[in-house]
Amino acid sequence: MQSLALYIHWPFCLAKCPYCDFNSHVRARIPHARMIAALRRELAFEAARLGPRRLTSIFFGGGTPSLMEPGDVAILIADARALFSAEPDIEITLEANPTSIEAGRFRGYRDAGVNRVSIGVQSLRQAALTFLGREHDAGQAIAAIELGRRIFPRISFDLIYARPAQSLADWRDELRQALSLAADHLSLYQLTIEPGTQFATRHARGEFALPDDELGAALYDATGEEAARFGLLPYEISNYAAAGAESRHNLAYWRYHDYAGIGAGAHGRISLVDGLFATRRHRAPEVWADLVEREGSGSVEETGVSPADQAREALLMGLRLRDGIDLAAFAARTGLGIDQAIDQESLAACVEAGYLTRDGVSLSATAEGRKRLDSVLAVLVR
Amino acid sequence: MSNTPTSHIRNFSIIAHIDHGKSTLADRLIQLTGGLTAREMTEQVLDNMDIEKERGITIKAQTVRLTYKALDGETYILNLMDTPGHVDFAYEVSRSLAACEGSLLVVDASQGVEAQTLANVYQAIDAHHEIVPVLNKIDLPAADVPRVKQQIEDVIGLDASDAVEISAKTGLNIPAVLEALVTRLPAPSGDPDAPLKALLIDSWYDQYLGVIALVRVKDGRLKRGQRIRMMATGASHPVEQVGVFTPKMVAMDDLGPGEMGYITAAIKTVADCKVGDTITDDRNPATDMLPGFKPSVPVVWCGLFPIDADDFEKLRDSLGKLRLNDASFHYEAETSAALGFGYRCGFLGLLHLEIIQERLTREFDLDLIATAPSVVYRIHRTNGATEELHNPADMPDGSVIDHIDEPWIKASIMVPDDHLGAVLTLCNERRGQQVDLTYVGTRAMAVYRLPLNEVVFDFYDRLKSISRGYASFDYAMDGYEEGDLVRISILVNMEPVDALSFIAHRSVAETRGRSICGKLKDLIPKQLFKIAIQAAIGGRVIARETISALSKDVTAKCYGGDISRKRKLLDKQKEGKKRMRQFGKVEIPQTAFLAALKMDA
Ligand SMILES: Nc1nc2c(ncn2[C@@H]2O[C@H](COP(=O)(O)OP(=O)(O)OP(=O)(O)O)[C@@H](O)[C@H]2O)c(=O)[nH]1
Ligand SMILES: C[S@@+](CC[C@H](N)C(=O)[O-])C[C@H]1O[C@@H](n2cnc3c(N)ncnc32)[C@H](O)[C@@H]1O
Ligand code: SF4
Ligand SMILES: [Mg+2]
Repeated sequence: MQSLALYIHWPFCLAKCPYCDFNSHVRARIPHARMIAALRRELAFEAARLGPRRLTSIFFGGGTPSLMEPGDVAILIADARALFSAEPDIEITLEANPTSIEAGRFRGYRDAGVNRVSIGVQSLRQAALTFLGREHDAGQAIAAIELGRRIFPRISFDLIYARPAQSLADWRDELRQALSLAADHLSLYQLTIEPGTQFATRHARGEFALPDDELGAALYDATGEEAARFGLLPYEISNYAAAGAESRHNLAYWRYHDYAGIGAGAHGRISLVDGLFATRRHRAPEVWADLVEREGSGSVEETGVSPADQAREALLMGLRLRDGIDLAAFAARTGLGIDQAIDQESLAACVEAGYLTRDGVSLSATAEGRKRLDSVLAVLVR
Repeated sequence: MSNTPTSHIRNFSIIAHIDHGKSTLADRLIQLTGGLTAREMTEQVLDNMDIEKERGITIKAQTVRLTYKALDGETYILNLMDTPGHVDFAYEVSRSLAACEGSLLVVDASQGVEAQTLANVYQAIDAHHEIVPVLNKIDLPAADVPRVKQQIEDVIGLDASDAVEISAKTGLNIPAVLEALVTRLPAPSGDPDAPLKALLIDSWYDQYLGVIALVRVKDGRLKRGQRIRMMATGASHPVEQVGVFTPKMVAMDDLGPGEMGYITAAIKTVADCKVGDTITDDRNPATDMLPGFKPSVPVVWCGLFPIDADDFEKLRDSLGKLRLNDASFHYEAETSAALGFGYRCGFLGLLHLEIIQERLTREFDLDLIATAPSVVYRIHRTNGATEELHNPADMPDGSVIDHIDEPWIKASIMVPDDHLGAVLTLCNERRGQQVDLTYVGTRAMAVYRLPLNEVVFDFYDRLKSISRGYASFDYAMDGYEEGDLVRISILVNMEPVDALSFIAHRSVAETRGRSICGKLKDLIPKQLFKIAIQAAIGGRVIARETISALSKDVTAKCYGGDISRKRKLLDKQKEGKKRMRQFGKVEIPQTAFLAALKMDA
């Protein structure tokens, strides 16, 4: 039976963060009942066309899924378990925002079946939290982490670094504190200016500057060093975990396995009888719900992905992983050999420069290669 | 028949140094004779190209037919040709002179005689013109009429006692210019009954009308419907339209001896239309041709390449059309390892080069890359063979070269006393040899011999800045001489970039090599791989710079929803690469090329 990872998008937040380009919306009143009903319907719709699947993970992402009622989360998990064959050790993650956390809700999610939380801490420094427009303070963030560790078997949290004027020493300091709070997984992202965000406008106006590529590289190297001291290793460019503690759901993306995405703005890659399809749902929550109510699904795009494009996508996801791309799995998935998908001259140049390694089993980017992956992909991928 | 007897026709060119007011005087003449209404009039109305308007200079000569009722009560046809003043457009002047019997020599009364005044007036004398001196800008407080008259007599040797004193700007005394044209210039001669002989002065391409030719009839008549033959090319066509510019295009039935105007004749191939050719009647042809024009000899060459390789055909067509309108510009196909297919183009000077490039961009919507300008060298091989070198990239290996000759010029520089020192220093730095140094009042005239190579390299700009704009410059080619010349190659990651190589005198080779390496280092963005930039003479590296590899370039977060976006981004990046030039593993953005090739030391 083919595996499936299930992504469920909750498109609401209490406020819009100035750096964020996720599909999130602020509403005076969130129409919980309507949203849950629509999610259930869309889940059933997707299950009907996917057929029997081994469900390996569920991920409640956002937006801010910790604004969902625990009871609603329970209903969706139950639905998913009923529609698919859940693996015994299925990973069920929920993204949580420190602002909306209290002990009661966390227990509710655990009782609903959530066995992993990912908390959007972003920083442990007040000035940075203010700059990032976050509504919580460091104390709340630490409290949420500690609570999460008590309640859930697995927990991770996110930090954003390489912020304006952040020095190497400051970051090492903050990161050490974070590592002492962490369990066995952390997501550590360098701040990215996304087009269309408030930060994009302010950055263009010159209100602040980001570290240049050299400082960015030094910060990245320092991050790896510090994390390693606590036994967390970068299994993906921005994700650090102890062995076995990797996010299985996110691994499904990077390994380019099938994943279904439901909810406003969710994307999916699903194998149907006539090939691999890219799916996309309408971004606006109310329009999406309308569509689901009328047609069973809020899908606005269902495009077949050609083998060549599958190969491209598999490459640009797979090389983000420390372990790289399994050549046999690549060929099985895309129907193409890796050599048909990459430029041989560039491969040779990247191997010589120490950016890529390749043997009979896998193609992977070295630590130096992963740091420059966008440029590597630009020359490598055909 | 509307034809005017030759006794009532006057053909004249307006010649002067740059900015002495030729086009402004043309404005006043057009206005006073009623060619355009006040509403239709703009400043320098004949400068109709955008480039001319923006830069305030004339590039193309223009012809206008004026109708003037003189004091003697008779009506005259005056054919005016406004010419450019800049030395790079001298070919325009010489062709205009060949079509006229007289010239108005305009001299700015506040500036006096300048380098280009002399150059142009000597051309007019050679063309056996009657010359009427006109002192312009007498409205300016700095105008010094007696001094400038004296100058005209002393320096040029023309009688200036009858010079017409005007202000083209305010319109002062313009009627006297019209009268002088009628009374002092000779009428053209010509036999209306002889077989047709007309001089093809200029041509251009019109989107709607096709090729338009500007002609001056010498003998016979040129009529609509008549079948004409181009004597040099042999092409024959029926004339579709005959007309004149007033300056508006006005159709006529025919043109007789002494008259100037345009024809259209469904000329499809641009190559059929060669300026200087003689147009005759196909059935009743003339036996001998008019003298025509001396072909222009380009002194500066550079490569022009389309930024988008798909534009090569468009570039070829555009060059053909532009050449129709500018016979002083030459081109031949060229291939560069770095830049692909393009053309090696020859120009009369750097301003000419700049203008052509700009016209190609504007009028033909082409994105071009130009290589560094180079002069024409003569290579003498050890086996006794001699060849001309237009392109530094083609320079043969040093072992087969016996010696290299480079072109020299004789430059006349006129400059106020107080800037003379700086000008002499500049000339000496550029390997100049002083030939003469004379004074006219407080202005010095320095005559120098200079290697053209040194002038191509940033000379005008320096001259202008050290003299605060007061120096004027004219030059003529002055033979070839052996020079200690070397080719400097630029290598990117050990691969020579042909388009960046250049030839220089050994004494400055290192400085220039270092300068271009330094520039490239600043211009080429960091990339995935380390980049070594070197300048070398033969196998010897004279300068080097290294651009370190990019330290970090990776998307921080990438989950399921980002896959499509990432893939599109990748596609866009691939598209963007089209605008880069690939050198092994290195990509050089076009912008870096353009800037590096400017070579402004
Ligand atoms: N004060 C004053 N300025 C004048 C007069 N005639 C022309 N000018 C100015 O001189 C400048 C140059 O005039 P143009 O008529 O373009 O000169 P030109 O000789 O045609 O220049 P090129 O075609 O580039 O050689 C313009 O700014 C005119 O306005 C004049 O009689 N008095
Ligand atoms: C879906 S988002 C947000 C989860 C949750 N709503 C929150 O903000 O706490 C997942 C993570 O992506 C990271 N992120 C979002 N925008 C980013 C940006 N512009 N640059 C770097 N990291 C970003 C943040 O660390 C965030 O926690
Ligand atoms: S960062 Fe998280 S909380 Fe902030 S707007 Fe984005 S999804 Fe919402
Ligand atoms: Mg002019």
